[in-house]
Amino acid sequence: MSLSSLVVPVLLAMVAAVGLRKRVDVYSALTHGAEEGLTVLLRVIPALVGLLTAVGMFRASGAMEWLSALCAPVLERLGIPPEVTPLMLIRPVSGSGALAVATDLMTSHGPDSYIGRVAAVMLGSTETTFYTIAVYFGSAGIHRTRHAVPAALTADLTGFAASALAVRLFFGA
Amino acid sequence: MAMTWVWCGMVLLSLVFGAATGRLEEVSAAALDGAQTAIQLSVSMAGVLCLWSGVMEVMNVCGLSAGLARAFRPLLRRLLPEAAKDDETLAAVSANVSANLLGLGNAATPLGIRAACRMARNCGGVASDELCLLVVLNTASIQLIPATIASVRSAAGCRTPFDILPAVWLASVLSVAAGLLMARLLAAAGRWRR
Repeated sequence: MSLSSLVVPVLLAMVAAVGLRKRVDVYSALTHGAEEGLTVLLRVIPALVGLLTAVGMFRASGAMEWLSALCAPVLERLGIPPEVTPLMLIRPVSGSGALAVATDLMTSHGPDSYIGRVAAVMLGSTETTFYTIAVYFGSAGIHRTRHAVPAALTADLTGFAASALAVRLFFGA
Repeated sequence: MAMTWVWCGMVLLSLVFGAATGRLEEVSAAALDGAQTAIQLSVSMAGVLCLWSGVMEVMNVCGLSAGLARAFRPLLRRLLPEAAKDDETLAAVSANVSANLLGLGNAATPLGIRAACRMARNCGGVASDELCLLVVLNTASIQLIPATIASVRSAAGCRTPFDILPAVWLASVLSVAAGLLMARLLAAAGRWRR
């Protein structure tokens, strides 16, 4: 038995215990949240259909390999596996696109492979940068964004390199 | 609109590359396969995703997000001293950060926007240093339990979908730190040039 197999039952029990102590209606909150999860999923399914189709075609045609090989020299210096190139390109632009590409990487390389893990960590440690910038500055009426874009992209790039590093650190390559 | 370019570009490139490498048959199979995978995957990740959304909601009603917001106030006061002078802005920013931590994207964005609008008053459409910091904080991901990713991993056949958590936390912290540091450096460089 490993520590990580304890995470789920312990967390669930902890949430249940805290909920009881605070006298909240744990069960109805749970089902209400689950309903919310279903809404999120429903919204992302149409995008996944379109994007997984395109990503599948892109991989089968050999274009994906070509793109990865193109970026490989730079990425190897940063310690990032070149296979995740498409994920890094789409991550700042589209959340559902990144989800589709990462899913493709996890299923084709295996969720417990080095590349599968790096893809998962990258997805978890970065955000849809350009979308966020557009929403925030757009609604605040800002037209001169100054250094927000370069700083945000620095965070993304660091997140990508750090993801590969963290996976090697915790799991070995 | 950006996604139109991405999608069309991928489909067109696939046709060109497929024709050049003589793999058009595989491309055709992959297209239909991809659409089918999307639905199979969505169905197999639905359970885990709903479960964790439920758990997050329980944590939320238990007051975890309010507690987190309180815990982050002193830190945010130091990061955004000008904005923190206004109580309502500080409240919105700290609620925004705690919603992000819990992965409540639907709650985090309106809170962040409210803070951004208050910070953008009387600035004539030019982002202040602190507004840039707030945006960088939101373009970097800080999530305690990435439920969507865990559900994709378990749908792909992983037995321990949460074993990547420490790696996600480490990468997130490094990414946020680099973004904030870069924003500070660029702000200082801008002042120095003037």
